Amino acid sequence: MSTAVAESKDAHDVHQHNKPTGIKRWLFTTNHKDIGTLYLWFSFLMFLIGGSFAMVIRLELFQPGMQIIEPHFFNQMTTMHGVVMVFGAVMPAFVGLANWMIPLMIGAPDMALPRMNNWSFWILPVAFIIMLSSMFMPGGGPAFGWTFYAPLSTTYSADSTALFVFSMHIMGMSSIMGAINVIVTIVNMRAPGMNYMKMPMFVWTWLITAFLLIAVMPVLAGVVTMVLTDKFFGTSFFSAAGGGDPVLFQHLFWFFGHPEVYIMILPSFGIISAIIPTFARKPLFGYSSMVYATASIAGLSFLVWAHHMFTTGMPTFALLFFMYMTMLIAVPTGVKVFNWITTMWRGSMTFEVPMLFAIAFVVLFTIGGLSGIMLGVTPVDYQYHDTYFVIAHFHYVLVTGAVFSIMAAAYYWVPKWSGVMFDEGLGKLHFWCSLISVNILFFPMHFVGLAGMPRRYPDYALQFADLNAIISVGGFLFGLSQLIFLVVMVKCAMKKGEPAPAKPWEGAEGLEWTVPSPAPYHTFDTPPEVK
Amino acid sequence: MIVKPKSLLGAVAAVLYTPNSFANNEVRINLTPGISDMSQKVYDLHMLVFYICVVVAVGVFSVMLVSIIRHRKSRGRKPATFHENVKVEIVWTIIPFLILIAMAVPATITLLELDNTDDSELSIVVTGSQWRWHYNYLDYDVQFQSILATPNEQIYGRLPKGENYLHEVDRPLVLPTNTKVRFLITSEDVIHSWFVPEFAIKRDANPGYINESWTNIKEPGIYRGSCAELCGQGHAFMPIVVIAKEPADFDIWIRSEEQRLAAEAEQEEKLLAMEMSKDDLMELGRNIFLSQCSACHQPNGQGIPGVFPRLAGEGISVTDKQAHINIVVNGSSGTAMQSFKNSLSMSELAAVITYERNAWGNDTGDLVQAADIFNFIQGEE
Repeated sequence: MSTAVAESKDAHDVHQHNKPTGIKRWLFTTNHKDIGTLYLWFSFLMFLIGGSFAMVIRLELFQPGMQIIEPHFFNQMTTMHGVVMVFGAVMPAFVGLANWMIPLMIGAPDMALPRMNNWSFWILPVAFIIMLSSMFMPGGGPAFGWTFYAPLSTTYSADSTALFVFSMHIMGMSSIMGAINVIVTIVNMRAPGMNYMKMPMFVWTWLITAFLLIAVMPVLAGVVTMVLTDKFFGTSFFSAAGGGDPVLFQHLFWFFGHPEVYIMILPSFGIISAIIPTFARKPLFGYSSMVYATASIAGLSFLVWAHHMFTTGMPTFALLFFMYMTMLIAVPTGVKVFNWITTMWRGSMTFEVPMLFAIAFVVLFTIGGLSGIMLGVTPVDYQYHDTYFVIAHFHYVLVTGAVFSIMAAAYYWVPKWSGVMFDEGLGKLHFWCSLISVNILFFPMHFVGLAGMPRRYPDYALQFADLNAIISVGGFLFGLSQLIFLVVMVKCAMKKGEPAPAKPWEGAEGLEWTVPSPAPYHTFDTPPEVK
Repeated sequence: MIVKPKSLLGAVAAVLYTPNSFANNEVRINLTPGISDMSQKVYDLHMLVFYICVVVAVGVFSVMLVSIIRHRKSRGRKPATFHENVKVEIVWTIIPFLILIAMAVPATITLLELDNTDDSELSIVVTGSQWRWHYNYLDYDVQFQSILATPNEQIYGRLPKGENYLHEVDRPLVLPTNTKVRFLITSEDVIHSWFVPEFAIKRDANPGYINESWTNIKEPGIYRGSCAELCGQGHAFMPIVVIAKEPADFDIWIRSEEQRLAAEAEQEEKLLAMEMSKDDLMELGRNIFLSQCSACHQPNGQGIPGVFPRLAGEGISVTDKQAHINIVVNGSSGTAMQSFKNSLSMSELAAVITYERNAWGNDTGDLVQAADIFNFIQGEE
């Protein structure tokens, strides 16, 4: 053991010099920072691809009538948009942030399982190459929505479903390996003195998220396998003709799907809980209640899945149970919002780009949360269900929630990653363009939804025309605004900008700010002491 | 106004420059209160929850706004150091809980009422299939299917769009007012969802299972709805139209409909003995094909590779006639090909099979008559 420690002291320089260069560095890397960078760029690429699918959707919906594409291709676009954004953009972005930041935040030299870390990243591009190339198969790619309800995805789907299933398996494996790595790292590799209740909120939220991933990803793997055997091997899990039940599919899918929703928002809570105290120059209010609230949200997430299925014809008792449980989630979520606002209260705030995104997150995520309560009320959900009201709701929590928090995180930590400050002017331009366009895009969706326009429609009745035109314009503007973000981040990656100090934000706390910027290839070879 | 997009560029230009010919349509931005007591209750509940959410949002955001305006460094604020207060935490856990109870009580009452289908006076089986609705009046000898009436020319912009674009069908569902009507909703293929906003009804049509729902319409009128569960490429093209009539008018309608359907069945009997000419078969067959078959097999019979088989120039359409009759009559289990035995008459089945065997260069010269279909079905039994 002592030799290992002695070696690692000068391993710093040795590794710096022996580091492979070019493609090999990235292909074979076991370094948490390299892998984090890979995840983040990959998710950005997927964000742009998934976004371009959304642009096709909005172009077709700009006016009533079929103008640009056929309904079958439209369904492929909505499906791929969902799959790419959920599994390709949002989840890998959080894993990238975890890779970069968790070892730095807990004073560990790397992730606990570095080779598995490499593997869990590199199977992801393979999964998405399979998934995206399935669109070029005869019959086209998956066209049954990202929720792939049976029997549309079994008896009635194209042959490319096999590729869809296989790539979902690979994505699931990647997520499970990533989650195991996070848990093992946090449990075993915290610096001396850092007990659980001293961990930064981002670490806490990721620890809980990782347990959610391990709990539900196998359910997803099971349900896609059942789809595969129903379609190709004559089983009847989801077919009444053979003794199965199509609604069983929905129960299984949403037993995965609802915790999945929280997988995509809990790390956001961690990010926002890091950024607001920094720029309010005041410690996070109610740290321990934040931890408990996160844990209760995670626990409740297993008891609400059927609120996605109020119209499937469940017994009244079940409808009531899931309505009450869904409403209950508002309580811990409310606690979080109140804590953030109280953290801001009587602080000394400045409004750099990460803080702007964090404030926008709190406001817009709350709007998404409130429409979530409305959706949870079963009798009125009979009206809202599967209309654009639902689309508005989950884009407020996923785009202005999860995606805004990822952008906030990127602006907050990019000085640490790259060693240069980002272009503040362009960053602010990106923020204001995104904020305005995202609301032009998603807010009117509440109205078309309430007026009764169902989702996943390639064409619609004339009374929805004006609002859809506005929504499309908002969509194009939001899409274009993200190119500003690309420019800002590419400039940082190319080291163009003011050199960043070790702690670029005056009010920032935490171990990650004790190492130089950019963070050296190897950090915390000797663990820091946490008091 | 006729727009003929010749290229992608032309199509984009058409999108951008087609003037709004639908300005007379009112833009609605809220739920409809509907036309039944239940839909009114659902609407009231919606408004109650909405106002509570607005009050919460205004409260939370104003505190935040005050903080953003006043507690900023540029105003020389020194940060406070407080970071914990158990009492406050307990208060803001309990208050939201109480607000939620205030919503849950009326929601529970409304739900129990909505889910009670007892004492209905009329039952209708609603069956979804790709991509049409089928209605069966259980208490009468009346059943028919209801298909989108908007022509393809309007959808593809070759004709101006009508007032009820995509919200019109060939045969609407007719219901009596002031009667508790129970819907038994199911499906023949994938999951559909029967959604009529004015009734506050949305219920999934699950293949192999039956869901219940009900309404009691207060006013005569025309009410329009749509399919709300993704069911394939025709998802947006299977609307629902309901005409509500006074009970007396409904009785007249349902009797005349019974007579008409009985007469049609009689006519069908006669047709069995008659030979139709090739031109008549082809003409009728073409219409049936375009309304019933072309969504999958495409108007030109080319199908969609890998999903829907091609009929032009290959397969049983040009070879085995009996197999061809069999698949149209009985469907093909485990695939999207449904049985048309109950939805088309024998002469219609004969015509569409004749059409498929002779259109698009198939030229088999085979004529299929209603009697052939009759014999085929007899032979099966």
